[in-house]
Amino acid sequence: MAKNVSNKTIDNVTIRFAGDSGDGMQLSGGRFTQTSAVVGNDLSTLPDFPAEIRAPAGSLAGVSSFQIHFSSQEIHTPGEKPDVLVAMNPAALKVHLKDLVPGGTLIVNKNAFTKKNLTLAGYEDDPTEDGSLVDYYSTHFIEMGKLVTNACEGIDIPSKMVDRTKNLCALGVLFWMYDRPLEPTIDWLNQKFKSKPDIIEANVRALNAGYNYGDTAEIFTTRFIVEKAKLPKGKYRNMNGTLASCLGILTAAEKSNLGITFAGYPITPASNILHTLSNWKQFGIKTYQAEDEIAGIGAALGASYGGALGITASSGPGIALKTEFLGLAVMTELPLVVINVQRGGPSTGLPTKTEQSDLFQAVYGRNGEAPIPVIAPTTPGDCFFATYEACRLAVKYMTPVMVLSDGYLVNGSEPWLIPDPNKLEEFKVEFAQENKDEQFLPYKRDEETLARSWAIPGTKGLEHRIGGLEKQDVTGNVNYDSDNHQKMVQIRAQKIANIANELPETKVFGEKSGDVLILSWGSSHGACRAATESLLSENLKVGHVSINWISPLPKDLGEILNNYKKVLIPEVNTGQFRQIIRAEYLVDAIGLNEVQGKPLGASKIEEKVKDLING
Amino acid sequence: MVDKPILKKADFESDQAVRWCPGCGDYAILAQTQKIFPEITTEKEKVVFISGIGCSSRFPYYMNTYGFHTIHGRAPTVASGLKISNPDLSVWLVTGDGDGFSIGGNHMIHLLRRNVDLNVMLFNNRIYGLTKGQYSPTSEQGKITYSTPMGSLDYPFNPTKLALGARGAFVAKTIDRDLKHLQSMIKRASEHRGTSFIEIYQNCNIFNDGAFSELTDKETKSERVLKVEHGEPMIFGKENNKGIHLDGIKPQVVTIGDKHSIDDILVHDETDAFIGDMLSNFTASDTFPEPLGVLYCVERPTYDDLMVEQMKEAEKNTKGPKSVNDLLNAGDTWEVK
Repeated sequence: MAKNVSNKTIDNVTIRFAGDSGDGMQLSGGRFTQTSAVVGNDLSTLPDFPAEIRAPAGSLAGVSSFQIHFSSQEIHTPGEKPDVLVAMNPAALKVHLKDLVPGGTLIVNKNAFTKKNLTLAGYEDDPTEDGSLVDYYSTHFIEMGKLVTNACEGIDIPSKMVDRTKNLCALGVLFWMYDRPLEPTIDWLNQKFKSKPDIIEANVRALNAGYNYGDTAEIFTTRFIVEKAKLPKGKYRNMNGTLASCLGILTAAEKSNLGITFAGYPITPASNILHTLSNWKQFGIKTYQAEDEIAGIGAALGASYGGALGITASSGPGIALKTEFLGLAVMTELPLVVINVQRGGPSTGLPTKTEQSDLFQAVYGRNGEAPIPVIAPTTPGDCFFATYEACRLAVKYMTPVMVLSDGYLVNGSEPWLIPDPNKLEEFKVEFAQENKDEQFLPYKRDEETLARSWAIPGTKGLEHRIGGLEKQDVTGNVNYDSDNHQKMVQIRAQKIANIANELPETKVFGEKSGDVLILSWGSSHGACRAATESLLSENLKVGHVSINWISPLPKDLGEILNNYKKVLIPEVNTGQFRQIIRAEYLVDAIGLNEVQGKPLGASKIEEKVKDLING
Repeated sequence: MVDKPILKKADFESDQAVRWCPGCGDYAILAQTQKIFPEITTEKEKVVFISGIGCSSRFPYYMNTYGFHTIHGRAPTVASGLKISNPDLSVWLVTGDGDGFSIGGNHMIHLLRRNVDLNVMLFNNRIYGLTKGQYSPTSEQGKITYSTPMGSLDYPFNPTKLALGARGAFVAKTIDRDLKHLQSMIKRASEHRGTSFIEIYQNCNIFNDGAFSELTDKETKSERVLKVEHGEPMIFGKENNKGIHLDGIKPQVVTIGDKHSIDDILVHDETDAFIGDMLSNFTASDTFPEPLGVLYCVERPTYDDLMVEQMKEAEKNTKGPKSVNDLLNAGDTWEVK
């Protein structure tokens, strides 16, 4: 090392990369994540980008960011306030500086602080010149534009392309600061730009320029070491919620031997599921980009009718359009999986921001009495298990199932203990076959599950008609009789309720009884778990229950709720799960509700619990 | 195709009581379908009728095949998904002018564009029957109905023209009262690979009686109907002496005998898109007769065949992971000991 630098070991760090949409911040964040994963840290990420593909360059609206929280301990959230902020332009500084912890590290791309950019960001004076930053933060103004221009001298590419490598330069600086290897990123660049050696060279040089700047510039006095995390033994990889869901689907296909037809319509933030599955044709997965949301679910249901498993994915506004088909799937009792990647609503709302506000839509949003199972994954990696279970139970119970995912889960990532598919629940499928001694009765049911049989076109002797009109019990013929309708409504409800019989025992984390139970569903798991750990370390009598199955609810939940003086339900909506819990168990649950387009933070939950205990 | 039928009409009749209004044109369409199907298939378990909502959409309940009565306008989506997942099936879609062109118009045009191998029977009675008599997107402008007491304001669709505009590769038209023709069109549709679209003029004797009487009444039909057949001159009229002649690029109705001979009459070529377009323009024109028959028919690779090809190609060419386990373990991994 060229200068006197001390190494300091720390437990965990939160870094936020922020820049213009065109600055490549998602890429920098993604590479830092991958490297930290390989190094063995536990981590959690939160990408945040504008809905506009390219908002005007330099504008506040065009700021894109990526936050990563990594640690030598087990962690559950992408962190709240960053310890380090990388601001690639004045707009990014303006938007994100307020979140940086006091005394935190601020790394600024000095070359972007032009008069024009300052004006666009609404700065009258240049904050890098007026001394307003250095008093409060450990500030590093780096001329990244100049660094990459010098580094790339002699490479025959346009200067615009050279300038674009400054995200790699920023990444290099961070890699130096946290003592991370460059090789995984260089390997990745070689792979990604295979046929463009000049681009590879420019990016590698920019990466090295940043790293070497850290090494040689006299401004950094400390490097931080974040050791490997002590995670359960096994083989890991970094996993995001989109890929995890798709792997869950594929695993379901392989274990069940069912064909998969995925039919969907592009919508943020669900489209990546369609993209990923479209690349897996070699596994027999058929994908179909339909003309609209309705056609997406219609084709999926048609596929299920034909003996494949039909799957569709969308987000709130698209789910609204699919609603009528969900009702038809309930009535015709066909398997179907619908993944709802929730985003901020109502209407078009906040397309790129996360929210948990489609809970009522998922549980109740259909005409008539139309119950369906709803499962919510709790972490990016859990999307794998939730989606697999959705597929399995859709077939076992002959019902549409909704997976209630969200933008934070599909775009976020975490180190993931790679599961062994052999250890998942069995997934066997039997189609109905002709029995010459008996008349085929399409609505005859399995006694245990109440599921009807799956009789697919092409099977001799089972020709029958189904549809959206009320069915006669057993025969499935059209029937308008009042007693029959009452009976069928009850059977359909009981069938879904029966799923609770096979849900695993609910696990309570922390105190099994005491002052406060933190009850979370879906992606609020991480913040609630982190808050609980912290509260337990202060010897408070607190427990945490994280719910996957919202419909039906686990059978043992009511009893657990009674073991605490108070129940707190934090969620990113105005209290939808709380209403369900109150209605279901007559428990006076208390809410912690924020709808700010981002996941909840652990610290507010801790505060709230302390208030509840003290108050 | 079936060399020797082994099934009978009765094999295609379900045990459900047919519940259309007495005198409805749908009865004739159902009967002709059941009659011709033994010539179309020997494996009725492979036949699926899919419908939306409306009078015509009750059709699947009366066919003793597989059947799916779906939701309003959406039958093409279910049918497409079914055919993609199970390409071995013979999929038939029954819809009406409201179901197919109003609420389901979007799906219909995309179905035709994609050319999924299935058959569409569109019953066009130019009225909403099941909701008791409102005008439909094929009703003539000025139609007095419950919802348009002073007459409808919108211009109607021309279904065959719309189908051709959406790149339909098989577009035909027939009428409920011409039983043999109806049967032959159903058979032709079954033989065509790709989306086959048949518009069937159908009389609603309750809410729009006589909408097509010009085309069915003895007095007028031979003057008003032009039966087109591939390779045959376009002749019509009581005395079979009228025909379609091309004057430059403009069609005109001429009389054979004085100025024009049979050789001047345009011969139908169903593979010619320009002729198909021209014939579709005859509809609802005062000058030209109503063309019935296959207006246009070409073979084009179907969506489902192309999909099967892509799947095979992907299986052959992929160098990457071959199993779920490979994929689960792909990318950068590390061991925690």
